[in-house]
Amino acid sequence: MRRLSAVLLLTLALGLPGSARAAKDELVIGITQFPSTFNPNIDAMAAKSYILSMAQRPFTAYDAKWQLICMLCTELPTLENGKAVIEKQDDGSDGIALTYTIQPDATWGDSAPVTTDDVLFTYEVGRHPDSGVSNAELYRRITAIDRVDAKTFVMHVDRVTFDYNAINDFKLLPAHLERPVFEADPAAYRARTRFDTDTTNPGLYFGPYRITEVSTGAFVVLEPNPTWWGDKPFFRRIVVKVIENTAALQANLLAGGLDMIPGELGLTINQALAFEKRHGRDYQIAYKPGLVYEHIDLNLDNPILADRRVRRALIMGLDRQALCQQLFEGRQAVADTSVNPLDWVYSQDVPKYHEDLAAAGALLDQAGWSDLRGGVRHNAQGQPLRLELMTTAGDRTRELVEQVLQNQWRRLGIDIRIRNEPARVFFGDTVAKRKFSAMAMFAWISAPENVPRTVLHSDQIPTAANGWAGQNDTGFKNPEMDQLLDAIERELDRTKRKAMWRRLQEIYAEELPALPLYFRSEAHIWPLWLEGVVPTGHQDASTLWVEHWRAATS
Amino acid sequence: MLRYLIHRLVEAALVLLLMSFVIYGLIGLMPGDPIDLMASGNPNMTTADVARLKAIYGLDQPLPERYGHWLESALRGEFGYSRAYARPVLEVLPPRLANTCLLMGVSFVLALVIALPAGILAALRPRSWLDYGLNLLAFAGISMPSFWLALLLILLFSVELGWLPASGVQTVGVDSFGDRLTHLVLPVLTLTALTAGSLLRFVRSAMLETLRQDYIRTARAKGLGPLGVVLGHALRNAMIPVVTVLALYFGALFSGALIVETMFAYLGMGKLIYDSIMGNDFNLALVGLLFATLLTLASNLGADLIYAWLDPRISYAD
Repeated sequence: MRRLSAVLLLTLALGLPGSARAAKDELVIGITQFPSTFNPNIDAMAAKSYILSMAQRPFTAYDAKWQLICMLCTELPTLENGKAVIEKQDDGSDGIALTYTIQPDATWGDSAPVTTDDVLFTYEVGRHPDSGVSNAELYRRITAIDRVDAKTFVMHVDRVTFDYNAINDFKLLPAHLERPVFEADPAAYRARTRFDTDTTNPGLYFGPYRITEVSTGAFVVLEPNPTWWGDKPFFRRIVVKVIENTAALQANLLAGGLDMIPGELGLTINQALAFEKRHGRDYQIAYKPGLVYEHIDLNLDNPILADRRVRRALIMGLDRQALCQQLFEGRQAVADTSVNPLDWVYSQDVPKYHEDLAAAGALLDQAGWSDLRGGVRHNAQGQPLRLELMTTAGDRTRELVEQVLQNQWRRLGIDIRIRNEPARVFFGDTVAKRKFSAMAMFAWISAPENVPRTVLHSDQIPTAANGWAGQNDTGFKNPEMDQLLDAIERELDRTKRKAMWRRLQEIYAEELPALPLYFRSEAHIWPLWLEGVVPTGHQDASTLWVEHWRAATS
Repeated sequence: MLRYLIHRLVEAALVLLLMSFVIYGLIGLMPGDPIDLMASGNPNMTTADVARLKAIYGLDQPLPERYGHWLESALRGEFGYSRAYARPVLEVLPPRLANTCLLMGVSFVLALVIALPAGILAALRPRSWLDYGLNLLAFAGISMPSFWLALLLILLFSVELGWLPASGVQTVGVDSFGDRLTHLVLPVLTLTALTAGSLLRFVRSAMLETLRQDYIRTARAKGLGPLGVVLGHALRNAMIPVVTVLALYFGALFSGALIVETMFAYLGMGKLIYDSIMGNDFNLALVGLLFATLLTLASNLGADLIYAWLDPRISYAD
């Protein structure tokens, strides 16, 4: 009997999940998406960036203070240190030559050194029209790369922009493994890349970790890379599990199946706030302000919204502070323009709008909407002040915000009709082709000091004639803004650039092509024993510093 | 019989061809595509990048032309490459199909094992406490939203009791059948609760109808015991409408249970098909949906053949 019980217990122990996991030298992370590919240059996806940032490093990246730093390179080339030199191009315009040196000890996981050959190969792939690289613009701007030695190269770029030395999207490919695949058939490279056909090959990675096991759609396992040159990573194993449903993600965390949920790919702010109320003592919960700008695009072709007085009245009719306090417990900062207050180019002294119903009402009266009937303003022709507000259906946070906005504007006599659509219809058709009649609420994801050319320049208005190219969905046309957008990119002097940014924000705040709402924060949930995770709040994930993560010893 | 089978197979082929056209067209007509969605989330992607990527993935070609290319390849046995999974479609499907077979097969059999005897018992004792109790359980199973039940089970068995894993097909790094079974328990319980309830109601209704027939009264009058009446006469006749329902369930089986698979992060066909449709992964979506169509057709053919076995009056003889 005793032997039978022992056998039964042993069987249960072997079969039960989690019994093999050693305490605190393994980290299990839950995210909501699985990468469609592991090739660093194909398909821009947050999930891929999150995972690959543990196994590779870009040449340059923005850190948690939103400053540009070298990761794979030894020193940022600048005009001041002489590693960046302005040069004349064949057409007489200014270009720039940038000298980068690869970290001397950088080595792929199969012990092949990371060299200039990898750089040249990556450039070749990036420039090929059929390779499927998602950000080909970067490669188009590079006119040539000269090999100085095995670790040093000079990159020639066709223009001089203020971020001349930021090559964050230049993600290295291992020439010794990928070149045969690419040269066999460049058009089929994206289907045959070893990053997808041989994902656990150690030679694909040179970061602190390498991918050792993949179950497509389910999980990715990473283990320390013995060839990593930096600080030795703490965790013996990191498992990234994919659970798309956020309620199930929370349940898995509570059940012990996960250790952490990162803010980059985890819960919404509301879910995190609710989680904190119930389980805040058992976890560390951090809210990192981010660069996701939640706003309402206004269709400036709408005759009601073409009047700036109406746009100002709309923003002054909102109590955005109260909205952020009530819905997000103050964890998300009110936006004055599209520039985040944490960005160094943010300007304090631009017009700021606070709730002022009297002033808003006066503006609407001046604009001709003075006839109040049944709680709704009408103009002299008897037309009601009625606007349609659209956003993504099924997004509970946005739907809540819509209701708050509707109620707040009702006080001003503005009748808001809400009409939502599934995301792929909303973004793929309605916004992309400017089919929203009045207001479209969604978010822009940007990077530190990201020049909003595609959303504000008049040549970026999507039309049938240009094949709906561009993201200036509001139809904003302002010659001074156009000049600023063109000039900011090329201005190297920080002081002058800051002044330009100030004027840009001023025009944005005065003209209000969009109504700023708030900047979304990332909600990170970590176990109490985890230290060293520093969220960034932008597209460069916190996993770029994973070697500093560790379990507390006491 | 042979002529009947050939006739049905030709019909099935035509249905599959028509379905392939309809599915391809519907997916293609959905506004937006993955490249557009990628661009909306990436400030560095230019309009030139979007146009180039659409050309690379063939998304800039007219829909009929794309369908034509697909059909030509499919007739040669080449079902193409999954854009979302970066591998051939026929490599992506089998593991998911295996997971679905296991999940849905176990749920189906368990639901049948529960519903058949329970439905018979309820029909044998109509309007008794047993009948009311079983009906109540059946309605509870039918009415409960699957995502809610899934969450409840996770909270109870994984969070509070810690007995069972909350998600996944297996524990990372563990490759044992026992481990896979423990991961099956909660999804199977969820699906069984939903399926058994409606099956029980069908069986009960069919049995009640059959037990009212004259030949059942005759069998009882001849002195046959209750078990003999049910198993020898009533059940076989009651099974005809039940087989129809089972055939429909079987067809739906392999398209999976999307909500349950999502809640438990269980990698099955339902989630695969849904993701491929939403991601405009034409090749994968088409093959997945056509496979589900084929199974529905096969299960209905099977049901028709079973009718002939159950009811000797039905014959497909030439």
